Amino acid sequence: MDVDSTTLLAIVLMALVTYATRAGGLWLASRLDLSERAEIFLDQIPGAILISLVAPVVITGGPAAWAAAAAAALVAWRTGSLLGAMVVGVACILALRSLGIF
Amino acid sequence: MPKTIEKKKAGEESVVHFTFAGAVAGAKRCLPIAVSGVAIGLVFGVLARQAGLSPVEAWLMSILVFSGAAQFVVIGIWASPVPLAGVVLATLVVGLRHLLMGAALSPWFSKLPKRKAFGSVFFMADENWAMTMGEFQKGKRDAAFLLGGGIVMFVSWSTFTFVGSAAGSFIEDPAKWGLDFAFTAVFIALLVGMWRGKPSLLPWGVAAVVAVLGHEFLPGHWYILLGGLAGSLAGVMLRGR
Repeated sequence: MDVDSTTLLAIVLMALVTYATRAGGLWLASRLDLSERAEIFLDQIPGAILISLVAPVVITGGPAAWAAAAAAALVAWRTGSLLGAMVVGVACILALRSLGIF
Repeated sequence: MPKTIEKKKAGEESVVHFTFAGAVAGAKRCLPIAVSGVAIGLVFGVLARQAGLSPVEAWLMSILVFSGAAQFVVIGIWASPVPLAGVVLATLVVGLRHLLMGAALSPWFSKLPKRKAFGSVFFMADENWAMTMGEFQKGKRDAAFLLGGGIVMFVSWSTFTFVGSAAGSFIEDPAKWGLDFAFTAVFIALLVGMWRGKPSLLPWGVAAVVAVLGHEFLPGHWYILLGGLAGSLAGVMLRGR
């Protein structure tokens, strides 16, 4: 076993902090009696978080990312397949990059 | 508008399940993600090795922390001696988005026994969380979907962290294989399923603008939390009037 004690401490602290963030939102929201507005807020979170993950990658990603994003969206819209969208998106960006388009 | 809320509340009254079949369904749906995550795990292992972590240390980090975003950021600031305060702060900042994600699960997960709910959220990553929310929005009610998907990703992430770290630097840039785009493509596909027409326009637009600005001008991963908050609040203002 090749584990440094300070490194282990850092890893354990990271684990505690990360679990606290994972459990904290559920814990808080389960305890509060949520108003209608709060429920609308919770309802909006998935879309808003996903957009926040995706938008910087796509918008600042250049033509290859724009085309691959459009292709993935089209496949998802027509087929509803996540796997299909993933394969087409990756294939599209790979093809464009190999053509020198970034 | 009040009608949709009443409908949603009525839907939430229904029973939330937690079955083995649900976990298997989640595992199957997350399998492609876990496969494309293999390369990311390998890359993390290589970078961790270069930063001075032993294979066992890198492996332990992937098992105990299980957060790619936090781990990549921390490896970026890793030094000797280990900057403990910086490591903890960076982990917290990257993890804050989990608070919103966990809150979004609460209408369903608060109905589960605590052990199942709080055990499952250890395995909550962006991808299986997003897929679980998609399932719930389609009317499915099996909360074990999150756990099943998470376990598949956990096994892939921890195993290939170790392999990458032990095997050294044979992994090239995942961008060369387009794999950096795999997660983005899945997120886009999930968004397509969540699109509700005009009411989505304002919250998503606000989230996009805030996230892009945050990504350009702020350090670290604040952009995810800020974009998520701003977009959700915009949605409340639009519909709560």
